[in-house]
Amino acid sequence: MTIAAADQLTMYRKMVLIRRFEEGVAEAYADGFIGGFTHLYIGQEAVATGAISALNHDDYVIGTYRVHAHALCRDTPPRALMAELYGRSTGICKGKGGSMHFFDASRYMLGGYGIVGGNLPIGVGAALSMHMQQQDRVVMNFFGDGASNQGVFHEALNMAKLWNLGVIFVCENNFYGIGTDVRTSSAFNEIHKKAQGYGIPGHVVNGMDVLAVREKCEELVKFSRQGGGPVLLEARCYRYQGHSMTDAGKYRSVAEAELWRKRDPIPRLAKSMLEQGIVDRAKLDEIQAEANATVEDAMRYAEASPRPAPGALYEDLYVENCGA
Amino acid sequence: MPELRYFEAVQRALAEEMARDERVFILGEDVGLVGGTFRATEGLMAEFGARRVRDTPIAEAAIIGVAIGAAMTGLRPVAELMTLNFGIVAMDQIINHASKARYMFGGQVNLPMVIRAAAGGGTQKGAQHSHSIESWFVNAPGLRVALPSTPYDLKGLLKTAIRCEDPVLFIEHEMLYNSKGEVPDEEYLLPFGVADVKRPGRDVTIVAWSKMVHEALKAAEALAHEGIEAEVIDPRTLNPLDMDTILASVLRTRRAVIAEEGWRKVGVGAEISSQIQEALFYELEAPVQRVAAADVPTPYASNLEKLALPDAQRIVDAVLKITL
Repeated sequence: MTIAAADQLTMYRKMVLIRRFEEGVAEAYADGFIGGFTHLYIGQEAVATGAISALNHDDYVIGTYRVHAHALCRDTPPRALMAELYGRSTGICKGKGGSMHFFDASRYMLGGYGIVGGNLPIGVGAALSMHMQQQDRVVMNFFGDGASNQGVFHEALNMAKLWNLGVIFVCENNFYGIGTDVRTSSAFNEIHKKAQGYGIPGHVVNGMDVLAVREKCEELVKFSRQGGGPVLLEARCYRYQGHSMTDAGKYRSVAEAELWRKRDPIPRLAKSMLEQGIVDRAKLDEIQAEANATVEDAMRYAEASPRPAPGALYEDLYVENCGA
Repeated sequence: MPELRYFEAVQRALAEEMARDERVFILGEDVGLVGGTFRATEGLMAEFGARRVRDTPIAEAAIIGVAIGAAMTGLRPVAELMTLNFGIVAMDQIINHASKARYMFGGQVNLPMVIRAAAGGGTQKGAQHSHSIESWFVNAPGLRVALPSTPYDLKGLLKTAIRCEDPVLFIEHEMLYNSKGEVPDEEYLLPFGVADVKRPGRDVTIVAWSKMVHEALKAAEALAHEGIEAEVIDPRTLNPLDMDTILASVLRTRRAVIAEEGWRKVGVGAEISSQIQEALFYELEAPVQRVAAADVPTPYASNLEKLALPDAQRIVDAVLKITL
């Protein structure tokens, strides 16, 4: 399968935007504009970008607490996301969610969740909903290597297969649950093979290669959409930063980190597109400059945006008073 | 007016709402073929099919997670947890996900879902199967909590719960399932947050819900022989809680007893008592009394269980303490 030049270019733009966005987040965090837990996606860009690009616009995406990239891939405006991180009323969740809880109803982004594995059954529920409403929309359900040891992971896989639902479970295996190496936390390290225990096809892909991720996901999305049931994809990748902004990541060796940086998905696609003649150097520079400007604009917008009014404290909790 | 048993009122409410609204469906352990451990969903699979009356694996967290995902994407699930004891397994999904989703996502999504669960002790089911833990759930903002005491209230409240756009925990008492009461054939809805005065009286206000309403009514009958007229108020929902009706009553009687089956320490009674004294401290003739379960896991031996759980006599004693 070859991926159209335009699609490659779109994915490249997206990865560059994600990286620049996350760099901007790190700067704003250091400057005190962003608080709390903030989990960066730098290094893993190829996974969300390749996977979500294989979906239709009205398929559902649901993710974890490391969810900035997934919302950007759904085309939520960077301004609304940055403003959310700054805790402003113009944020995608009016400043009430923060880094871990990006949600965009209008773009079928069912949220980021802070409890490891917590999103998995919710994604299955969305797929059951599509099944019951006789729609062929699928759900892409992201999780990390750490979540594969949680009880709900197994419950979610079991139900998804039992009811043959259109769920693409995408494991972003970055090999570390905060500081715990997957080899010391999972009795069985081939996460994609855990799916087999539930009769679900499990696949593995190089999560540092966006074209490989895209190609694999196109195949899996098609399979699920056509009634094949759930599938699981393990994308092996690496986060360059610590688990969150407060984690220096000292549990990993310099040599290991350097090895993974050599596999960086962005220069990899740049090189490939140059070789294919899809872009020239000037075009790559232009894309970088666009991303820089977009993130700069988002940060200025966020900083200039108002904080939520005190009156917002009790808003959005209940829809109604149930007849009272 | 025809008489129905409490479990039949559940069946009736579910059947009516499922016939009225195609989006309503049931999921849970043994809800389909078996018709529910307490017969509450009997006949519904035959009437509405296995698609809408869905037996699930024993996986409480995923049952609730699936309900959340379905509610977010256009359906109106009624999830049965068999008993609230099993709901403790699903606490993460109920509290961390269902109750918070709307608020933390800035009001972008509604969760029109109902969680039904049987609760309560008194049948020698031992420490892990005799819970009245409504206080845990009332403590969490975002979750509506209803506890009907009669078949009439049950049907009207359950129909409201199913039509409510917010997540509702609907707690049914195990010992009430076979109790009978008049239930009209015609449709009616009972609003949340509106207490029902089960017996008027001028001397003391007894606030009780679920099975304790019946103990309170027995106590009121006994007290009447002593010349004490007790008013029995059933709030019917604890979130929202109709403090207006309770306070208006206490303002007249100047004495209050809160009777609950849950543990005394940090129970719902502590909250209601606190609100009464905050509002009416100078109007009270005596300290507000709490009647509740002993702060021990419910013991099996019938004599110890009887000692652990509150009853009519305990309510009488509490009333006498502040009226003599």
